[in-house]
Amino acid sequence: MDKVKVGIIGTGNIGTDLLFKVLRSEILECGMFAGRNPDSEGIKRAQSMGVPTSCESIKAIEDNPNCCEIVFDATSAKVHQTNAPILAKLNKFAIDLTPSQIGKMCVPVLNGDECLSEKNINLITCGGQGSIPIAYAYMKVHPEIEYIEIVASIASKSAGPGTRANIDEFTQTTRDAIVAFTGVPRAKAIIILNPAEPPVIMRNTVYAQIPQPKIDLLKVEIAAIVKSVQQYVPGYKVTVEPVFENGRVTTTVEVVGLGDFLPKYSGNLDIITCGAVSIAEKYARYKILA
Amino acid sequence: MGKTLFFDSTLRDGSHAIGHQLTTDQITVYCSQAEGAGLHTIIVGHGNGLGASSLQVGLSKTTDLEMLTAARRQLQQTRLGTFMIPGFGTIKENLAPALAAGVDLVCIGTHCTEADVTRQHIEFVREQGKEAYGVLMMYHMATPPKLLEEALKMQSYGALGVILMDSAGASLPEMVTTTVQTLVAGLQIPVGFHAHNNLSLAVANSYTAIKAGATIIDGTLRGLGAGAGNCQLEVLAGLLVKEQIETGLNLYQLMDVSEQVVTALMQKPQEITTISLISGMAGVFSAFAPHVKKAAERFGVDARDIFVELGRRKIIGGQEDFIVEVAMELAERKKDDNISYQLEALS
Repeated sequence: MDKVKVGIIGTGNIGTDLLFKVLRSEILECGMFAGRNPDSEGIKRAQSMGVPTSCESIKAIEDNPNCCEIVFDATSAKVHQTNAPILAKLNKFAIDLTPSQIGKMCVPVLNGDECLSEKNINLITCGGQGSIPIAYAYMKVHPEIEYIEIVASIASKSAGPGTRANIDEFTQTTRDAIVAFTGVPRAKAIIILNPAEPPVIMRNTVYAQIPQPKIDLLKVEIAAIVKSVQQYVPGYKVTVEPVFENGRVTTTVEVVGLGDFLPKYSGNLDIITCGAVSIAEKYARYKILA
Repeated sequence: MGKTLFFDSTLRDGSHAIGHQLTTDQITVYCSQAEGAGLHTIIVGHGNGLGASSLQVGLSKTTDLEMLTAARRQLQQTRLGTFMIPGFGTIKENLAPALAAGVDLVCIGTHCTEADVTRQHIEFVREQGKEAYGVLMMYHMATPPKLLEEALKMQSYGALGVILMDSAGASLPEMVTTTVQTLVAGLQIPVGFHAHNNLSLAVANSYTAIKAGATIIDGTLRGLGAGAGNCQLEVLAGLLVKEQIETGLNLYQLMDVSEQVVTALMQKPQEITTISLISGMAGVFSAFAPHVKKAAERFGVDARDIFVELGRRKIIGGQEDFIVEVAMELAERKKDDNISYQLEALS
């Protein structure tokens, strides 16, 4: 089968994990792996794997626009602000893994198809990817819900300096995305970093106050949407099925990473890279190869 | 020995003890009566701080801003303080409005190994010309050198002091001495201590902290606080009088507020229940107690077993959602066999 070339900007943990996933893809291949630091571990690793690399970051793609059709941006929100207009001018499909909030917010299971007609999509946050499908299922069964709250706990080791320095943006972006995708009037996001050893697996708890919840129906809807998410995030699973306790409905999902480059406890990063690659594959299949 | 600053968290940690049901009237009375008693700061708000009113840790009856505004009207010499944990509250939605409402001092708290998440917030408070203190929560879970490393980060962000929070009441006096001494030796800013009473050591540990060089004591009148409660400030003040250590506190006034105002807002005596004892032994966040009790009843398991299991999993403050999962798992296990947790698991 023909393969579609992708570029990856950012050679850190996320960029490298993306690279591993792209190399395994039946439909994608890596045409450019670009960063800024020639001594980065990521660049060296990619070179040893025979992947074209550059230390010129976005300029590598500007200078050689044919190296890729889809670009993953795994740099930072600030750098993506510079990259976004350049990628738009080059007419590349940009998949932004930073919390820049520039492109259209994407939760592949909910609006993946819609996103294919955009030029820049954003993967929100890991807490958003993990919890929004569950919140969506809640609202489907109980559209009268007025408030949804999510708690994302992440292993400390798996929260990079970017997340730590911008913890406010994480909570606000996640909250805004819950409202946007589910239509719930009010939402709240809480993030907890747990340093326990061995590292804890990424988990998301979704709460809603529902006086008379239809638990059986909630179970059905949640099982269905979890199954759909598992199509692109195999390690996504329910650990606490919807239960009514203390005047609220509680559901918890866990995300075990695929362990491509990042460790398995980094489900928070895996859910983002898996989502990004699934959208890239869809775009390649329906917008380029079709 | 430097003069000790007393931070009064009765209207913050005490919020846990009454299910976050503080009213503006209660805050008004408390602050008007405690004003002028020599307290450095009265900290007001939800037990988990600004923005923490939630299904996860408990909904507040009164909003953060209503609480702070009520307190602001009564306080002149005493600073109005508040608490915030990044991840619960944000600058835009919580901290900036709180400062606009007249807060003088903010304690920014985080789990004791995660100080770098407090940078934005400490810097913001200092840029606004207000006082910022760093709080290392659940300090019993890290070694003194690690705690110093984290405290140094807070110092570099501009914190005016670092307070060790014994959130689980799991400290033994030797641990207090070693840790406080390590921080005092390594920092240029004051070191503080916030105790919990799970092992009946809150006053003793606070006293020990002062002896080891701490110059900020964070406690509550009547000991009102999460779980077994906190260092009972009027008792510590009395103890310091006996030691002839100058506190600047008006002991009779604090006793009166404790006796007349705090007792009136208490829903139950502040005592060490067996689940608070287990919580301290297991090293689990004190404020989990009411949630654990509810889950134990709902799923028909022993609250003590839940605490032991939470301790084993190294659950930290803010992870209350684990309680339901653990309770359900224990209920499931109970169907198979009826073993109860052995206390050796706690050592």
